[in-house]
Amino acid sequence: MGRILRLYRSSVGKKAVMGVTGLLLFGFVVVHLAGNLKVYLGPASFNSYAEFLREVGAPVFGHSEILWIGRSVLLVALVLHVAAAIQLWLMARAARPVNYRRPVHLEDTYASRTMRWGGAIIFAFVLYHLMHLTWGNAHPAFVPGDPYHNLVRGFQSLGASAAYIVAMIVVGFHIYHGVWSSLQTLGVNQENHERWRRLSAFIAAAIVIGNISIPVAVLTGIVQ
Amino acid sequence: MQITLNVWRQAGPRALGRFERYTAKDVSPHMSFLEMLDVVNEELIEAGKDPIAFEHDCREGICGSCGMVINGVPHGPKPAITVCQLHMRSFNDGDEVWIEPWRAKAFPVIRDLVIDRSALDRIIEAGGYISVRSGSAPDANAIAVPKSIADTSMDAAACIGCGACVAACPNASAMLFTAAKVAHLSKLPQGQPERQQRVLNMVEQMESESFGYCTNHGACQTACPKEISIDFIAYLNRELLTATLLG
Repeated sequence: MGRILRLYRSSVGKKAVMGVTGLLLFGFVVVHLAGNLKVYLGPASFNSYAEFLREVGAPVFGHSEILWIGRSVLLVALVLHVAAAIQLWLMARAARPVNYRRPVHLEDTYASRTMRWGGAIIFAFVLYHLMHLTWGNAHPAFVPGDPYHNLVRGFQSLGASAAYIVAMIVVGFHIYHGVWSSLQTLGVNQENHERWRRLSAFIAAAIVIGNISIPVAVLTGIVQ
Repeated sequence: MQITLNVWRQAGPRALGRFERYTAKDVSPHMSFLEMLDVVNEELIEAGKDPIAFEHDCREGICGSCGMVINGVPHGPKPAITVCQLHMRSFNDGDEVWIEPWRAKAFPVIRDLVIDRSALDRIIEAGGYISVRSGSAPDANAIAVPKSIADTSMDAAACIGCGACVAACPNASAMLFTAAKVAHLSKLPQGQPERQQRVLNMVEQMESESFGYCTNHGACQTACPKEISIDFIAYLNRELLTATLLG
């Protein structure tokens, strides 16, 4: 424990925490997408998957227990990710009190420059997403226990679908820089970071396309 | 050629600085950027004014003394060179050029374009020593070093400590510098005995010097006159994590 605290005091340690928690949250995004793609298999398949998430681990674990363990892990990861990000951001701000007249972006990408604001936008989107499709208080016709209906009905609103599509593009940029960057931070990459960067771009594009396909499919009537 | 210069002038560490405008006339395209500044300075001295203070030593791109941000880019617009190796043929007649010192809290301005880079020296100092057999001179090549490792170590050792990585980093982080200094010893057999303590001490010193942190933008490797790769930053991260968690 002492070693971990000592590590966390350094910026490299805080970055490692961001890397590990970021990869955990990224893992969730992948599983979340895999589950949501079942919407193409019809209401029965989608709803039974949603029910499975509550029953998984039975009979060793009771109703929703594994789900809540998962949610707790994600929440802790999110808190650590954001806390480290804020501490590091303050550190960086203090490190250059006088800026250049016109800073030139040498190699940094749009994705790398928008990690902080992008993260804040994703945080706001996640809150909206929970209110929309989990709690239902931002949904026009929420039916508890019928996630398929909630999804289809929710995405039939053009405004909601547009918000999801924009948010997914922001998530895509965050994942593109985040995935290869976390491998860099955790020292997994030993040579040729460009290879990891290309792999990251591919993964991020796949996640964005997969997620955006769902509201588009609802709006075009492919999923009803 | 005629070049309009906007140079950061600052009388001392605590003084307020500002840009001042000068005209460099009859500039030969074969002049180096520093030679062009020398001519401007001679004119300033003749006019009884303070010359522009800038650091320089070898003027052949290996000492790491000269360093200034030219139009927002450390060491100017050409890749893989220091300012002394930048020639006026890289500019056009009539160009307007903005010259600033490295900007970082860890690099206080001493005067005009001269900054205090002692923070980098203290990181090297924190690296300590390597254990070697003293006494009679050892045989050359008594310790076999695989070619690929020798090459990687040399790539890291190419660092001249100019600080362009810090200057270019949007967070003013010294990770590329520290990574290069850690890697060039830790990769070699001679660097093994103190390997873990060295990385712990150097990173601790780096953290205490008001640098920022690494966000993997990669601006440092583009600005580096020696083209040191951010692969070394990943290596530094691994060395530190290993030394802290498993050491």
